[in-house]
Amino acid sequence: MTFSILLLVIAVLFVIAYVSGARRARSLVTPGVTLNSLPGHYGSLVALWTCLPPLLLMLCWGVLETPVIDRLLAAQLPAEVQAEGGNRISLALSKVRNLAGGANVQADPELAPVVLHLKDLQSRNSMLSTTLVLALALAGFGFGLRRLAPALRARNEVESIVKVLLFCSSGVAVLTTVGILSSVLYEAWMFFGRVPVFDFLFGTTWSPQVALRADQSGSSGSFGAVPLFAGTLMISMIAMFIAVPIGLMSAIYLSEYATPRVRSYAKPALEVLAGIPTVVYGFFAALTVAPILKSLGADIGLEVSSESALAAGLVMGVMIIPFVSSLSDDVINAVPQALRDGSYGLGATQSETIRQVVIPAALPGIVGAVMLAVSRAIGETMIVAMAAGLAANLTANPLDSVTTVTVQIVTLLVGDQEFDSSKTLAAFALGLVLFLVTLILNYVALKVVQKYREQYD
Amino acid sequence: MSIIENHQTDGEPFCDSPKLKARGVGVFYGDKQAIFDVSLDIGANEVIALIGPSGCGKSTFLRCLNRMNDTIDICRITGEILLDDEDIYAPKIDVVPLRARVGMVFQKPNPFPKTIFDNVAYGPRIHGLVNHRHELEEIVEQSLRRAGLWSEVKDRLDAPGTGLSGGQQQRLCIARTIAVDPEVILMDEPCSALDPIATARIEELIDELRDNYTIAIVTHSMQQAARVSQRTAYFHLGQLIEVNPTDLVFTKPQHALTEAYITGRFG
Repeated sequence: MTFSILLLVIAVLFVIAYVSGARRARSLVTPGVTLNSLPGHYGSLVALWTCLPPLLLMLCWGVLETPVIDRLLAAQLPAEVQAEGGNRISLALSKVRNLAGGANVQADPELAPVVLHLKDLQSRNSMLSTTLVLALALAGFGFGLRRLAPALRARNEVESIVKVLLFCSSGVAVLTTVGILSSVLYEAWMFFGRVPVFDFLFGTTWSPQVALRADQSGSSGSFGAVPLFAGTLMISMIAMFIAVPIGLMSAIYLSEYATPRVRSYAKPALEVLAGIPTVVYGFFAALTVAPILKSLGADIGLEVSSESALAAGLVMGVMIIPFVSSLSDDVINAVPQALRDGSYGLGATQSETIRQVVIPAALPGIVGAVMLAVSRAIGETMIVAMAAGLAANLTANPLDSVTTVTVQIVTLLVGDQEFDSSKTLAAFALGLVLFLVTLILNYVALKVVQKYREQYD
Repeated sequence: MSIIENHQTDGEPFCDSPKLKARGVGVFYGDKQAIFDVSLDIGANEVIALIGPSGCGKSTFLRCLNRMNDTIDICRITGEILLDDEDIYAPKIDVVPLRARVGMVFQKPNPFPKTIFDNVAYGPRIHGLVNHRHELEEIVEQSLRRAGLWSEVKDRLDAPGTGLSGGQQQRLCIARTIAVDPEVILMDEPCSALDPIATARIEELIDELRDNYTIAIVTHSMQQAARVSQRTAYFHLGQLIEVNPTDLVFTKPQHALTEAYITGRFG
């Protein structure tokens, strides 16, 4: 029986268990005897008893299946393969698996007995797991039904099981984060074993080309990330320079001056900007904005490179406007009307009220919005990759081409790479820096926003 | 209770030296009429209490007196309101100086998220009433003294106004209003969020302020109306039912509805 059919069977059992549990519970009611919980709770309890143990068993089985079968197969491999150990064994095993999946078992006579053994193991494995899972489900069903009694605190039990389930779900997200972080940390650690941390953080030359083969001519690469940090910083600053004033002013217009009718059209329209894929912004930046800037520069005698930080920054700024405006609009709207009334009641004009009462009251929230926008700008890849170029120039001139941390991560990992070369590992080190920076920014932003909330609730 | 069509206000809605005169005021929220044909004088240096059951329009009427209802888009006002014989709804009237002359204190204390000093200095600053820092400091001290808050906050003028207790916040809002030196102060249930001690303090303050200002106060507490006001106006379902000297209203109400309200038969 395949995995999906097994799941379907368990789902059907779940419904049956629920219905029969609830029915059984109702039948327990006699004059003078009342149920501790609602019949539905008893049904849920039986259903959970029926389904959870087999599902858990399937999970464990799925995790342990492959290593155990590999163990058994490895013993069957030809002696010379076993003697080589390690990679050679896993190579042979994956070949065996491929052969077992295909039609021609005899393609490799040397491995043929192992392949047959695998097929045998697989069929026995599936028989065994199906039988065990179904048996466990039926046993749980019977056990659950037998436990039903009017005094059984079914509601409490169901609620505590559900609580555990909820906890596990939230655990998945946390564990994923921890997993990603630890893998990035590990690879970055490997990288710092080859390139000193100091050279990486403060070196000014970025040229990650390394020799792929021992006999290849080529340098050992140079991994000074300062040009990348500088490029990221410059592009983000240009973007914020566009996004913060425009976003903030549009937020003020939308929340304070616009009539409800204008607002109901303008706000969604502005938010459409946030829905445009960044790759679209990217070719807009590369094919429209950059040439315009180049010809404008030529007109006034400035040399603008065809891939400039300015073009990427401008377009990224436009992309971020909705973040700033939408979040700021929300916090400005959250400023209590009583504060505005108080200010109007003293004879303040609308602009005085906005400048001196509303904005200061909303400031923490606005700062939070800007911080989130900054972390978005730092993490943005596509626009920069298409419009700002790949050259790691250390320059303060926004008309030059620069590159960013994210773009370099992409170029380091695109194409066929050795997974243990300094070049590949450098991507993880860059990723770690990026992760830490955005983490800190997000944390600060959340704290600031939280502080703001406490003030008015 | 049914609405009395074309009701004529009982008692004495007019007085000898009016500061504010309302004549035939009606207020509409969209199509719904909230106030019907209210005519009322508010005399100079008197405290007038506006009482009535919830939703009777007393707060709405109060907010007409300094055009606070302008901030509500669907609100429309008919009739005329004269401040020193000048129609405040006339097209040539600028609402900003009007509100500086007719200040307002709200139901819920609403100090700005600024320091205590800046809260009080806000009005004088935006109206350019002072040229020097020491003048400003003087106004702030004066206003806080008159609001009876000076001794409590004089050592922490740089602390945020939002950190004060509810009663202190409300007195701060009163000080903020006084600092602009208005002629009329409108108070919309200024004590409804306060405890009895803070309430007593504010009532004392209202009594002192009467020497310099004209005060209209909306209140749900009939004891408060009796304690602080000279005249009392009873509103019912958007109509002004009766206006009389306060002691008369609470001892010998002229209209059956007024009597029903003050004896607690509804409200």
